[in-house]
Amino acid sequence: MNEHEIAHLDDVGLRLGNTIILRQAKLVLEPGEKVGLLGPNGSGKTTLLRIIATLLQPTSGSGAVLGAELGTHDVYDIRSRIVMVGHLPGLWPELTLGENTELVARLSGRPAEIAADALAQVGLGRASERRADQSSKGMLRRAELARALILEPTLLLLDEAHAGLDAEAIGMVDTIANRVVAAGGAVMLVSHEPDRLNVDRSVVLVDGTLEGVS
Amino acid sequence: MTFWRQVYEVARKDLLVESRTAEVALMTAPFGAAALILIPLAIGTDAPLLSQLGPGLYWIVVLLFGMLVILRKSAVDGQAQRDLVRLLGIEPAAAFTGATIATSVLVLFFEVALGPVLIALYNPELRGWLWLFAILPLVAAGMGLLGTIASGVTTSIGTRTSLTPLLIVPLSMPLLMGATQALEGLRLGRGIVPWLLLLVAVDLALAVSGVLAARPLEEAVT
Repeated sequence: MNEHEIAHLDDVGLRLGNTIILRQAKLVLEPGEKVGLLGPNGSGKTTLLRIIATLLQPTSGSGAVLGAELGTHDVYDIRSRIVMVGHLPGLWPELTLGENTELVARLSGRPAEIAADALAQVGLGRASERRADQSSKGMLRRAELARALILEPTLLLLDEAHAGLDAEAIGMVDTIANRVVAAGGAVMLVSHEPDRLNVDRSVVLVDGTLEGVS
Repeated sequence: MTFWRQVYEVARKDLLVESRTAEVALMTAPFGAAALILIPLAIGTDAPLLSQLGPGLYWIVVLLFGMLVILRKSAVDGQAQRDLVRLLGIEPAAAFTGATIATSVLVLFFEVALGPVLIALYNPELRGWLWLFAILPLVAAGMGLLGTIASGVTTSIGTRTSLTPLLIVPLSMPLLMGATQALEGLRLGRGIVPWLLLLVAVDLALAVSGVLAARPLEEAVT
C-alpha cells in the first residue's frame, strides 16, 4: 500500500457461513478523492463500507485503511478518524438531537458546545430539543451529518447518502464531502441515484463483486 | 479523553435513556412488587412463615425480575449505535464499565423499590440491617456485570435476548446464595462476612472477565 493512500483493498472478500458477501474486491481511495459506490440492493455495498470502516474483518485478501492493516490491532487507533453514516441512524432514539450530538462531541474529547454549532450548520438549530424518535428521517440524516462536522474525519463513508434528504440537505452532503477532501481526506458515497452523486469516479458492486469503474 | 471520562459518558447516556422511558420505575418495579404481593396470597397469611421466607423470596424476585432490567441493555443499542461507539474510539473496557455502572444503578433502584413491599408484607426480622448498605450494592453490581457480559455475548453471536436468561441464571446462583445466606445470617444474628466475601469475589471475577472480554466481544460482532 502506498503510504499516502486513504484506503487500499487487495482481493478482499467476506464470507459469513456459507454465504459469500464480497468477492475479491480491489479498491484504492486516494486523498482528495470522492468515490461513488453503486449497485443494486443486497449487492454488498454496506458490507464493503463496513470493511473500509474497519468494523468488519475480511475473511480473505488484505487491505489497509489510514495506514492500519485490516484485521490487526492497529485499526483501533485510526477509527476515530473515520465517520460512517449508515442507512440506520447512529442515534439513541430516546435522546434529543442535541443530546445525541453533544454525546458524540464529548465522547470524542471535544467540547460539547460545538454540537450546537454543528446542528445549526445542518439546519437543525431549532430542533435540538426534539427527541430522535420524534424526528423525521431527513432530520435524523442531518443530525448524522452534524456528526461529520464535529468529528472532521479523514475518511467519510456515507451509506445511502441522499436517502430521505431534500434538495437543501443534499447540498449539505456535497459541502461536507468537499470539506473532507479539501483537508486531504477521502469520501465514499453509496447511492441509488447516480445522477445525484457529485463524485470524481464511481465503482459498481454487483453480487459482491466490484465489476466496473465508471 | 480519559478512560474514566468515557465510563462516565457511557453510564450517563444509558441512565438518560432509561430516565426517558422509565421502564424500570414504571413497569419492572411494579411488576416485581406484584410478585411479592401475590406470594402471600398463594401460601396464606402465616406471619411467622412469611417472615422466615420473605428474604429468600425477595432475592428470587430480584433475580428473576431484575433480568428484565439487565436485558434492557441489549435492547438499547442496535448495530448503528454500536458502530458509532466503536468508531468514536471508545475503549471497549470503558464502554463495558459504563454500561455496567448504569445497569447496576438500575438494579439497585429496583432492589430498593421492592424493600418497602418486603417489610410491609413479610415483616422480616433483620438485626444489623445496616449491612444492607453493603449487600444490596454488591448484588446489584454482580447482576449489572452479568447482564453486560451476557449482552455482549448474545450480541456477538447474533441472538439478542432469548439466550441471555440462560446465560445469566446459572451464573447468578453464587449471587443468590450469597445474598440469601447473608440475610438469613442477619435474621439469625450470625456473622455474614463470609457471604459478603463471596459476593465480593463473584463481583471481582465478573469484573475482570468482563473487562478482558470487552474487546474480543466487541470485535466479534458482525
